[in-house]
Amino acid sequence: MDPKSLHKINDYLWEIPQHGEMKVPGRIFASEKLIQEMDEKVREQVTNVAMLPGIQIASIAMPDAHWGYGFPIGGVAAFDPDEGGIISMGGVGFDISCGVRTMKTGMSRDEVMPRLKTLVDQFFNRVPAGVGSEGLIKLSPGQIDEMLLGGAVWAIKKGFGLKEDLDYIEEQGRVSGAEPEHVSDTAKKRQYREMGTLGSGNHYLEVQVVSEVYDEPAALAMGLRKDDVVITVHCGSRGLGHQVGTDYLKSLATAAQRFNLPIKDRELASAPIESPEGKKYFGAMSAGINCALANRQIITHLVREIFTDIFPEGHIKMLYDISHNTCKVETHTIDGRKKRVYVHRKGATRAFGPGQIDLPQEYRHIGQPVLIGGTMGTSSYILVGTEEGMKTAFGSACHGAGRAMSRTQAKRTWQGRDVIRLLEAQGVMIRGHSYSGIAEEAPESYKDVSEVVESAHQAGLAKKVVRVKPIACVKG
Amino acid sequence: MNYETFDHEADIGIRGFGGNIGEAFENAARAMYSVMVRIEAIKPLEQKEINLSAPDEELLLVEWLNALLSLSDIERMVFSRFEVRIEGTSLTARAWGERLDRIRHEPNVEVKGATYHMLKVGKSGDRYVAQCVVDV
Repeated sequence: MDPKSLHKINDYLWEIPQHGEMKVPGRIFASEKLIQEMDEKVREQVTNVAMLPGIQIASIAMPDAHWGYGFPIGGVAAFDPDEGGIISMGGVGFDISCGVRTMKTGMSRDEVMPRLKTLVDQFFNRVPAGVGSEGLIKLSPGQIDEMLLGGAVWAIKKGFGLKEDLDYIEEQGRVSGAEPEHVSDTAKKRQYREMGTLGSGNHYLEVQVVSEVYDEPAALAMGLRKDDVVITVHCGSRGLGHQVGTDYLKSLATAAQRFNLPIKDRELASAPIESPEGKKYFGAMSAGINCALANRQIITHLVREIFTDIFPEGHIKMLYDISHNTCKVETHTIDGRKKRVYVHRKGATRAFGPGQIDLPQEYRHIGQPVLIGGTMGTSSYILVGTEEGMKTAFGSACHGAGRAMSRTQAKRTWQGRDVIRLLEAQGVMIRGHSYSGIAEEAPESYKDVSEVVESAHQAGLAKKVVRVKPIACVKG
Repeated sequence: MNYETFDHEADIGIRGFGGNIGEAFENAARAMYSVMVRIEAIKPLEQKEINLSAPDEELLLVEWLNALLSLSDIERMVFSRFEVRIEGTSLTARAWGERLDRIRHEPNVEVKGATYHMLKVGKSGDRYVAQCVVDV
């Protein structure tokens, strides 16, 4: 994208002025370098979203924005139901509530290194991952509905984890508003055997070391020091979430026509929030969020079991759990007035600033931890939400690096085995369920996560707290 | 080759060709399974039936591919042989495959859904083509 074609507000904020059918301007948070590298389609998609009824303040894109189905990945938009606001499947995506969870181990790099190989082999063998993997439990139709209503709370009741884990999950591990009756039988059947599975593609389970501390007090509040070992999982709502996406792409595309919505792209599949179609999607999508939270909770339980088998002196404690493909009802101050709006974050992380009631007590003065996943070989980051981000972006930040190269091209360029060898030489142990899958996820096929994080930091969306580097990674 | 995959930024495109639309749909399905597994290794041991209709041929393609994905997930199967009959915008199909073998089929990546992106069903030269981008 040519920066000259945008209205520069400051070094990290660029505007697409409101024109034509746009109801609000488009705003992209990024450095000039990222804008230059950004796909021209982002402009088109941000503009399309700005035309949707009931949109508030601006159609927003994060520093890692790139083309997506309907909304760009890295797209954020809030809609007011009282102003005819819509809800869009294209604003959430196929992997509902895909997210990142980081756990502390209470151990340092030097303590973990001697048994790291055993740990990663056990993770590989005992955490179900990859195409067609099955979880350790099989749900019945009745249990599926309980799970969809209960999320991580349900998982803990079933014995997967500790009650205290819930404090460190957005909305304490369970979103209200889930309506399992609007989730199709096909979607439920797909999930019977998939609870507690990692999935494939860019999903992973990683052992990481805190390599740099930027904000000592915030790191301390999270209980993090340099050289601490943490474990991070990236996964979503599995087959059920994918099927809810598929089902509602169809029904909301039809609804958009019926309501004569100004939709430029079929994949924006939307309906008014207050319409029967809109309400059903919200209920089903919220159930999908709970499914993802339950899934990550079961994986946490497995991680805890495996880790303490190998390191009886260790103690797995939750740091935080974030979701980056969601639509949530939140209260934000808009034009000086508190409003209840439906915030869509697609490939964007909630990043609440200090003082928010949803945050656990010990984080309330620093803001919400924002977990940004890098690629296999590179760094990941932990940031905290800011007061400023609450005002400029509905308390949202970026979610990761974003692909720079297509999967096909990555597979042509690298061999899975070579990628593994190269990463091992750099001190990252890799276990994967598919060599070609690893080639597709080669670090060089992604953008530079550090540049993305720096932009989010400079733009005031979230503040850098620590950087973590992987020492071992299990790919789905 | 009567099917292929094509480049797309974050995901992957699938394309099937054929002498009629039904054949193009069969080959589009092959293209999709070639993204997930080594399709040559799938033995057509078990048969499943799929019946569908949609408002138009393009949406029918998305329905067809998504119906296969659901079936694969629920039955833990992968498919390699297809027989598709299309009348108007209704489809009657049979698919042959077997239970996923995580060694022999060399799984690569799951497909989350077939999308409306770059969705096209129609005639190109003297053959039919059916294509879309799938989310992985």
